[in-house]
Amino acid sequence: MLKAMGLGSAEELFDSIPEDLRLKRPLNTPAALSEIELLDRFEQMGARNAGARRVSFMGGGAYSHYIPTIVDHILSRSEFFTAYTPYQPEIAQGTLQTIFEFQTLVCQLTGMEVANASMYDGSTALAEAVLMAERVTKRSKVVASAATHPQYLEVIRTYVQHAGIHLELAPFDERSGQSWEALAGAIDDSTAALVVQSPNFFGCIEDLAALADAAHAKGALLVVAITEAMSLGLLKSPGACGADIVVAEGQSFGVPLSFGGPYVGLFATREKYARQIPGRLVGEAYDKKGRRGFVLTLATREQHIRREKATSNICTNEGLIALAATVYLETMGRRGVQEAALQCAQKAAYTARAIAKLSGYSLPFTGPYFNEFVVRGPGRAVELLSRLGKEKGIEGGIALSRFMSDRPNDFLVCVTETNSREQIDALLEALSEDNKS
Amino acid sequence: MANVPEDLHYSKDHEWVRVDGDQAIIGITDYAQNSLGDVVYVELPKASEEFAANEPFGSVESVKAVSEVFTPIAGTVVKINEALADEPESVNSDPYGEGWMIRLKMSNPGEVDSLLTAAEYEDFTKAESE
Repeated sequence: MLKAMGLGSAEELFDSIPEDLRLKRPLNTPAALSEIELLDRFEQMGARNAGARRVSFMGGGAYSHYIPTIVDHILSRSEFFTAYTPYQPEIAQGTLQTIFEFQTLVCQLTGMEVANASMYDGSTALAEAVLMAERVTKRSKVVASAATHPQYLEVIRTYVQHAGIHLELAPFDERSGQSWEALAGAIDDSTAALVVQSPNFFGCIEDLAALADAAHAKGALLVVAITEAMSLGLLKSPGACGADIVVAEGQSFGVPLSFGGPYVGLFATREKYARQIPGRLVGEAYDKKGRRGFVLTLATREQHIRREKATSNICTNEGLIALAATVYLETMGRRGVQEAALQCAQKAAYTARAIAKLSGYSLPFTGPYFNEFVVRGPGRAVELLSRLGKEKGIEGGIALSRFMSDRPNDFLVCVTETNSREQIDALLEALSEDNKS
Repeated sequence: MANVPEDLHYSKDHEWVRVDGDQAIIGITDYAQNSLGDVVYVELPKASEEFAANEPFGSVESVKAVSEVFTPIAGTVVKINEALADEPESVNSDPYGEGWMIRLKMSNPGEVDSLLTAAEYEDFTKAESE
């Protein structure tokens, strides 16, 4: 290659860099490892992640659900795994079809009319929904539930802080753990949207129908965010309750925890707002021979055509992760997802009721829940959970003090279909023992 | 050869204006619709919105691109052509009739006099195509 370029050495490639700025010794990097040594090195590093091997009752935005082996099997196909931005209709019909199926599944789950090809994750999908509500209503105030995931609220703040949108919070009720009543009461004629997470950060289910009515009465939109997508397998869909925009974190469907990502944001709305949605959209069409095919559509929303007037600056989607969710949902089917969701709810109810009976422990919120609930312990939750982890190999939940300083003894417990009765009983025993000592 | 009705006023951004008392009806010209190609969507403002002269009031989307549409004169929107929501192709087939976009109450009726006449607009488009 050097010869073809007419050069004598690789050093000559750097001729344009001044002599006195060039490094004159080899880089200080370790020597290459053999495959045996390399695998060993990574196994040792992985083994240090003790939490990954413990029984987990953690939720709070990312959930442990079973992933059927078929998901990985299909994802690993090189046509899916290695393709870069495969959206040209003339050669990527397979990919475009899977995305169309994904969009269809999202509509079916959320009860909405149109869904996009996915966003980065639930939090950014929610922020984009807020921006969209402002565009649709041309109003600049948004009221969000204070029981929305604190990190989701942070992301919204980041997005709106220079966009001329004013974000207000409506408090949650200290008894029920729900915020829908305060949220419905906080609306006025200058509100673009009410934003609610359901089940909320404390696991409590909110009254979406009441919120939809309150929002629509004032010409505002209802934006519903869902962190635990599996809840859609059991609860009435937000669409059926009157939501205008539904966003969710899709990680619960066939996506591993992976230390926080990559995950996948779901984004769905009513057809009348289709031109205001961000992100890619796959549409169904017919070629000149009348054969059904798929193609990216309504591209005039996007920045490469509309520039600063685009609905968003996003110009991508989470293709591979959305595919994982699609394979999961199509493998499980409607009944499979309902069954998994039912098991989550039943196991969570069993766990919560049993914990409430333990001396020293209580459930501070009375609102209905799906698979997450808050437990109040006898002492500081951070220390309790640390003991459970180190001494019993159980990750008992998430200490709320990580997010709120006025709840030192509260922790969020999540139960999924992957938690066996033995695991739950072991948690109960560990909590009971911990209080005695 | 594009159609350029005599009784209208024109702008260099290819909009036409028809005066009706103290109101004006605005749309895009035959030359414009021909350049854009098949119109698939027209984004219009809401009634009672106010615009200054040469401000964009909406956009026209064709299969090729999106173009902003400007009002040559200042005014307040009194009516928009709702039919365009279902039949945007009217902009192509009948740009001076069924394809009308907005009706404004003029803030400054005198502004119409500084617009191009049919003949001036025709010369302008001829020069543009060369």
